[in-house]
Amino acid sequence: MKPSLVNRMDIWARHLVPFGLTLCLLLVNVTPTRIPGFAGVAPMLPMMAVFYWAIFRPDLLPAWVAFVIGLLFDVVSGTPLGVNALVLLLVQGVTSAQRRFFLGNTFVVAWWGFGMIAAGASTLAWMLVSLLIDGRIAFRAVLFEYLLTVSLYPVVAWVLARTQVMLLRQA
Amino acid sequence: MGRLVVLRQMAHRFAFVGMVAFAFGLMLLGKADTLLVERARVAVTDAVTPILDVLSRPASVIAEVVENVRELAQLRAENGRLKAENEKLQHWQTVARRLEAENRVLRGQLNFVADPDSAFITARVVGDTGGAFVHSMLISAGSRDGVRKGQAVLAGEMLVGRIAEVGQRSSRILLLTDINSRIPVVVETSRAKAILGGDNNDRPKLHYLSTSPPLSPGDRIVTSGHGGAFPAGMAVGVVAAVTEGGVRVEPFVNRHELEYVTVVDYGLSGVLPSDREAARRKGGE
Repeated sequence: MKPSLVNRMDIWARHLVPFGLTLCLLLVNVTPTRIPGFAGVAPMLPMMAVFYWAIFRPDLLPAWVAFVIGLLFDVVSGTPLGVNALVLLLVQGVTSAQRRFFLGNTFVVAWWGFGMIAAGASTLAWMLVSLLIDGRIAFRAVLFEYLLTVSLYPVVAWVLARTQVMLLRQA
Repeated sequence: MGRLVVLRQMAHRFAFVGMVAFAFGLMLLGKADTLLVERARVAVTDAVTPILDVLSRPASVIAEVVENVRELAQLRAENGRLKAENEKLQHWQTVARRLEAENRVLRGQLNFVADPDSAFITARVVGDTGGAFVHSMLISAGSRDGVRKGQAVLAGEMLVGRIAEVGQRSSRILLLTDINSRIPVVVETSRAKAILGGDNNDRPKLHYLSTSPPLSPGDRIVTSGHGGAFPAGMAVGVVAAVTEGGVRVEPFVNRHELEYVTVVDYGLSGVLPSDREAARRKGGE
């Protein structure tokens, strides 16, 4: 039996969830938190979402969507255009290429994998930005940002996993 | 069937490489600093700002509640401190009144041309962006409110930064801690000139400082007004540390405390030509 229009629209809406959530995380990322010292090392929330969906639903957040989110992140956060687009594109590419490995392993392995990939991503972003603005950015802030990103990954991954179970189990 | 799969894989790979190349292309385009890139940026920021405006409200409400509780706990001590400060300030007020009167008389005698009057635009901080790479903020006022590129941004009487990008209803502030920020300053007491340059650290550094007399922690740093970007005498910060590596300045403004900022139009054209002026110049050509 062919699914009804409502049914199809429902599935279509559910399929937008990964993109929508990643977009939300991007906006939350640039919201002022009023926490002392936090803004300079704000964790890369969109990167966590891109990593997560590249493992669990790469069909719903493909490489080009990661690229678009990265581009949007560049525009909103004021980093040189193209830097986060490239970084998130590569995160998506590398992660989805290794997704079988991550799917077959425990959460701790995925976390460790995120640590490795985020390290590469942070270093790349640091090099690109330093190159593009003709000045060396202090590595310390990038390091703190990286550590915060990695340590917050379980929280964000938990939220994303709950959402996936709730909204995308059958879709 | 097998051939189709291989073809599809190749197409995927090709698209991926294409996007990587596109990203590098964008970086080069941005580096060339075309008007196009800035216009695109501003258009997107304008579209996102209303959402950020809504999102930023809960955070500030929570911050306010926390602040209120803390203030209540310290009410007594705070009251005592304020009373003492009030006494001191009343003395200063008397001094200031006397000096103002004296100044007016002296200016009248010298035919002194006063600085132009300034216009203020108050705006909400809706985005605190950039993480480790960029120290900038988005505010909910743009060209339709009279914000222009290069204007000074203050919180109270303290310098926050300057306007770097202006959209219709949003603008980006480049904070004075950003790596691209360069502000001509003087040491308030010794009048030694320097350039305050950010490096994405919380404490920007003094460059090209004329060394004598030596600085010590606690010296106030104010804008010098050189280059015409900012008027002279705006409070920037105090010297925090004097080391071999240079002099670091602790800004008066804490980034996380900013909720409302004031964009000030002193009628100075500044180092960055404003859009209006650029248009006028273009029209004149």
